[in-house]
Amino acid sequence: MFKKNYTTIFFICLIATISFFVESAHCRTEYDYIDINNPFIRKIPIAIPLFNSMSGGEKEKFLSEEASNLLSKSLEFTGYFKIIDRDAYLVDPEKPDIVVSNINFKNWTGIGAELLITGGLFLKDNIIEMELRLYDTFKGLLIVGKRYKGVVNNQRKMIHRFCGEIIYKLTGNRGIFDSKIAFVSTSSGYKNIYLCEFDGHNSEQLTYNKAITFSPAWSSDAKWIAYTSYSKGKPDLYIKNLKDKHGAIVAKKGINITPAWVPGKFSLAATLSFSGDSEIYLLTGTGKIIKKLTNNWGIDVSPTFSPDGDKMAFVSSRSGSPQIYIMDLDAGQVKRLTFQGRYNTCPNWSPMGDKIAYAGMGNGQINIYTIDVEGESPALQLTHDSGNNESPTWSPDGSLIAFSSTREGPCRIYVMTAYGTDQRCLLALPGEQTDPEWSP
Amino acid sequence: MKKKLWICLSLLLVIPGLMIVTSCTKKTVKADLAQTQEDEAAKLAAEKAKQAKQEEIARQRALDEKRRQEEAARSKIIAARNLFVNENVYFDFDMSNLKSEAQEVLKRKAEWLRNNPGESIIIEGHCDERGTNEYNLALGDRRAQSAKNFLIDLGIAESYLTTISYGEERPADPQHNEKAWSKNRRDHFIIE
Repeated sequence: MFKKNYTTIFFICLIATISFFVESAHCRTEYDYIDINNPFIRKIPIAIPLFNSMSGGEKEKFLSEEASNLLSKSLEFTGYFKIIDRDAYLVDPEKPDIVVSNINFKNWTGIGAELLITGGLFLKDNIIEMELRLYDTFKGLLIVGKRYKGVVNNQRKMIHRFCGEIIYKLTGNRGIFDSKIAFVSTSSGYKNIYLCEFDGHNSEQLTYNKAITFSPAWSSDAKWIAYTSYSKGKPDLYIKNLKDKHGAIVAKKGINITPAWVPGKFSLAATLSFSGDSEIYLLTGTGKIIKKLTNNWGIDVSPTFSPDGDKMAFVSSRSGSPQIYIMDLDAGQVKRLTFQGRYNTCPNWSPMGDKIAYAGMGNGQINIYTIDVEGESPALQLTHDSGNNESPTWSPDGSLIAFSSTREGPCRIYVMTAYGTDQRCLLALPGEQTDPEWSP
Repeated sequence: MKKKLWICLSLLLVIPGLMIVTSCTKKTVKADLAQTQEDEAAKLAAEKAKQAKQEEIARQRALDEKRRQEEAARSKIIAARNLFVNENVYFDFDMSNLKSEAQEVLKRKAEWLRNNPGESIIIEGHCDERGTNEYNLALGDRRAQSAKNFLIDLGIAESYLTTISYGEERPADPQHNEKAWSKNRRDHFIIE
């Protein structure tokens, strides 16, 4: 997860993370808190008391409260945890003990907390120093302890780094805290592409077109975004480097839509209809056609790759109605995946490789489903009776799915766990939001 | 002698008198002639003027008639053009095949294109809001393509036909019911 570029190298220089308890290194795999087969059936109760303000200054106190609240919210976002209400604490939530030698773990097990996070914050000259510790309350053990130092503005990043450490210790996966979500919003009066952090914060406009712009797709190094825009009057494909904004345009006649990057390669698939029939083509990152992947009269659209890049799922109307198919890219064989319902579109392959999320229509409503790629068990319906739900996209750790929904009237972006629990609105900007695409 | 004098005297009086009379008579005749000539000229002029006026009226009438005809022709052309632009081709849900009404509409479009050689058109493919954006873009493309292929089969050169899909982005009727949806599943035609 840390392969991603930070917006400021400055930040990396300033934050020193120090693992200051050797014991934490030993216990990486000994913990079995989160059942990855269905981690959301039972949430782990966790207590996150307010961080200690080390010098007791007003601004320091404010920052301590802000940091501990952000930590609670960020961990709750994952869906793994139940955050215990601070009112239920047996200790003064304002002055908790933060080091193992002083903590009476019975005070925490007594309220059902299985995990405890303590923090201490020290502010001097606009520089924060934080010591954060995660404990197993029943074993009375430190699971992970870290010290962070950086400017006040980077507090959010420090907290999210610690969240990443926690999730890594508990699941073996770095989690989502470094990820972004690209989406489409009509806030500017036109559909344009925006970016926000994993939790919907800090949204920023990426494209400033006065024409319909949509369908963003991240390259697997998160350095490139491909999308479709009517900037030149028709749906063309734009491939853009996020840093210096250079790139390529694929503007063949007909449609140039639904890009999807090949994992680990500077190459992408997209639907082009210059031949008079919409087919999926493999393109270089500079927009040159490498080869035609589908060859079938009718609609072929919306490619998505398996994490190893060996297979591609896509939507085809070859059977008479839109259904999802999987193509083995080496052998060229195509297998139909969905048989339930007459309208299954928007496939998105889980980064774990085992499932595909998609949008299926039934009884006039569109809902999100997941299906295992072998197609042996029936699809699992994740949304119910809540408007139209489209464009599912997996979080990089495969634990969450973001999607668009009209459940509250205007189309907005929502997040849920991979099992459909904890459905909530990610962000609400003016206008409508669609097409979420989670970064790697 | 006296008699002779009288005669002479009377002659003296009569001759100039006669002379006066004759000269006077001559003058009257001359004046009469001039009058007649003047009358004739005026008559001629009047006739000419009348004729000119009539000719002018006729000319105006012809012009009016021509203008009317041109206008009629122009409005016929405009009507044909408007019909071409306003008459959409409609589709069933999730379908891109041309129904028989759609084919009749397209035959009229082909006729117009034949009557207006050199005109290029854009065929816009649209979908209703149901279904997903991505698939609808491909479906809109397919709908525009269906009409294009049909027009090509009717002898229209491909070079005059461009297609563009808007998917569900530009509904004709923004309401959320079957009546609106059936209006939105369409090919719309634009003259470039």
